Amino acid sequence: MAETLPANAVLQLAGLKKSYLSGDSELEVLHGIDLTLQRGEFAALIGPSGSGKSTLLNLIGLLDRPSAGQLFIDGVETSTLSETEITRLRGQRIGFVFQHHLLIPAFTALENVMMPLLIDRGRPDTAMRARAAELLAGVGLSERADYPASKLSGGQQQRVAIARALAMRPSLVLADEPTGNLDTHTADDIFALLREVNQREQTTFLIVTHDPRLAGRCDRIVELVDGDIVSDRPHPIPTKHLPAD
Amino acid sequence: MHPWLPFEWIAATRFLREGRTQSLLIIVGVGVGVSVIVFMSALLSGLQSNLVKRTLSSQAHLVLLPAEEIARPQFGEGQALVQKQAQRLRSIDQWQALRGRLEKLPEIAAISPVASGPAFAVRGDANKSISLIGIEPANYVRVIELDQKMVGGELRVNAGEALIGIELARDLGATLGDKLRINASSGASDTLTIVGLFDLGNKAANARNVYVGLRTAQSLLDLVGGVSSIDLALHDMYQAEALSQRLNAETGLIADSWIKTNAQFFTALTSQRISSNVIRFFIGLSVAFGIASVLVVSVVQRSREIGILRAMGASRGQMLRTFLLQGGIVGLFGSLLGSALAWCFLALWRTLAVNADGTPMFMIEVEPGLVLIAAAGATLVGVLAALMPARRAASLDPVVAIRG
Repeated sequence: MAETLPANAVLQLAGLKKSYLSGDSELEVLHGIDLTLQRGEFAALIGPSGSGKSTLLNLIGLLDRPSAGQLFIDGVETSTLSETEITRLRGQRIGFVFQHHLLIPAFTALENVMMPLLIDRGRPDTAMRARAAELLAGVGLSERADYPASKLSGGQQQRVAIARALAMRPSLVLADEPTGNLDTHTADDIFALLREVNQREQTTFLIVTHDPRLAGRCDRIVELVDGDIVSDRPHPIPTKHLPAD
Repeated sequence: MHPWLPFEWIAATRFLREGRTQSLLIIVGVGVGVSVIVFMSALLSGLQSNLVKRTLSSQAHLVLLPAEEIARPQFGEGQALVQKQAQRLRSIDQWQALRGRLEKLPEIAAISPVASGPAFAVRGDANKSISLIGIEPANYVRVIELDQKMVGGELRVNAGEALIGIELARDLGATLGDKLRINASSGASDTLTIVGLFDLGNKAANARNVYVGLRTAQSLLDLVGGVSSIDLALHDMYQAEALSQRLNAETGLIADSWIKTNAQFFTALTSQRISSNVIRFFIGLSVAFGIASVLVVSVVQRSREIGILRAMGASRGQMLRTFLLQGGIVGLFGSLLGSALAWCFLALWRTLAVNADGTPMFMIEVEPGLVLIAAAGATLVGVLAALMPARRAASLDPVVAIRG
């Protein structure tokens, strides 16, 4: 597991650091993170509040820039990319699922799923619409396609958000507390859905969660404390879902 | 979602539709502002063209007169005190050649040579001082609409015929078909038949002006073959002063434009235009601030959505354009509403501002050009007003925006 070909790595972090200016002094939040995620991995990122999880997720999601170190997405080193290239790479390679669903209320469920494709290609077309409909069917929401996003329940909104995250066939999906706002039953459904997508599409997932129950159901658990990875363990059977076999 | 619309248009229209109340309120606000501008512009241009028409009804846009005669002392300057010479009635030198040259100038719409001078009109015991004006009617009516001013008889000045004003007719007790004796200061005199009566809308002109044929005037005023002035009509009357200076420099003749001879009136027109432009500017400014404030609020309200769109790969440029478009759309729809409102105001004005006999006091119309200018202007103001909020939306840090 540790000896993997870099060519197969969806995400590779080397000595990644992030510090913020706090008054006159610099505050280092991440102290040199090394991490590699292979294609098809289903990993959890856990850690107490303030451990730097969100900061790390923002760096990996290319929403923020590291202070030092290297970050590769699909083998592309990102530190030298321009703002425009970063935005494009983010749109095409990374899908986001946020805790607060964050759909665009002015659009229908189907249109929300189409949104990343629309942003990428500039104009809507029928292929886009078909892809979105297929994704909505995949999360079991075909009959809600034309509902305004604001009229959907929390669980339905999160399903739409997952479908949207997959629209561009991203290499990596980052999920920040994807079940944080849902009741246990719905949370289990959503988690099962993520798992299903992971197995069907071989999409790599990195899931930030506080919930040990959910973390326990991931293939790998990365634990972050005070800006350092303190443990990185396969759980329970690491190779089961990997494409290597 | 229309298949041919780009992302920015789709997002802009959806955002406006979602914030329906805000959008409607600001569109109505823009509409009221635009309606005032359109209404005021139509009213003002109607009023001004009416005023100009009335004031200039008996004046040419530009009059060319012979240069003043100057006495030249035989000795050097300053050594003799030279009294200013009295100006006798003279012809414009070589006016036929000058006319040929004037006809080639594109600014000039009509040229009318005139021979005019003082004379007396005598009928029985009545004796009135008049201004004798010899004209070529076909050319003269293109400079001064005398044909529109006729109230009796017809516009005809063959040999032995004259047109007089209604005031002079009353003073002399004369009417159509009566004879009139004209005594010129040169000693010449002639008896003419009154074939037409006119009303120039100006009492003094109606009491003094007597129109005769050019040849009749030339012989009475001892100007055989000559003309005392050339009256010009221009395609654009506001070019009169510039052209008068040019003609003065080129020909050495005195060139009087209506702008100079009606300096106070022209100043009044200009200051009216300036003050209305100031009002328009401030209405435009308040419209712009209205649009800007609504969009600023919208950017703040939508910062999470902007953040998520950015996370999904939307560029700063796409976000910028989305909000600029919203400003432009609000401006455009506001201006259409405003033009419709202005049209209603004008319809109301037409029913209220009427003369005692029910005819409108003066004509005002909303010209299609004005509506187009208002639409283009309001759209531009909308886009400019959206610039600040749009830049704010574009520069939002997605991390901060999503965290909310």
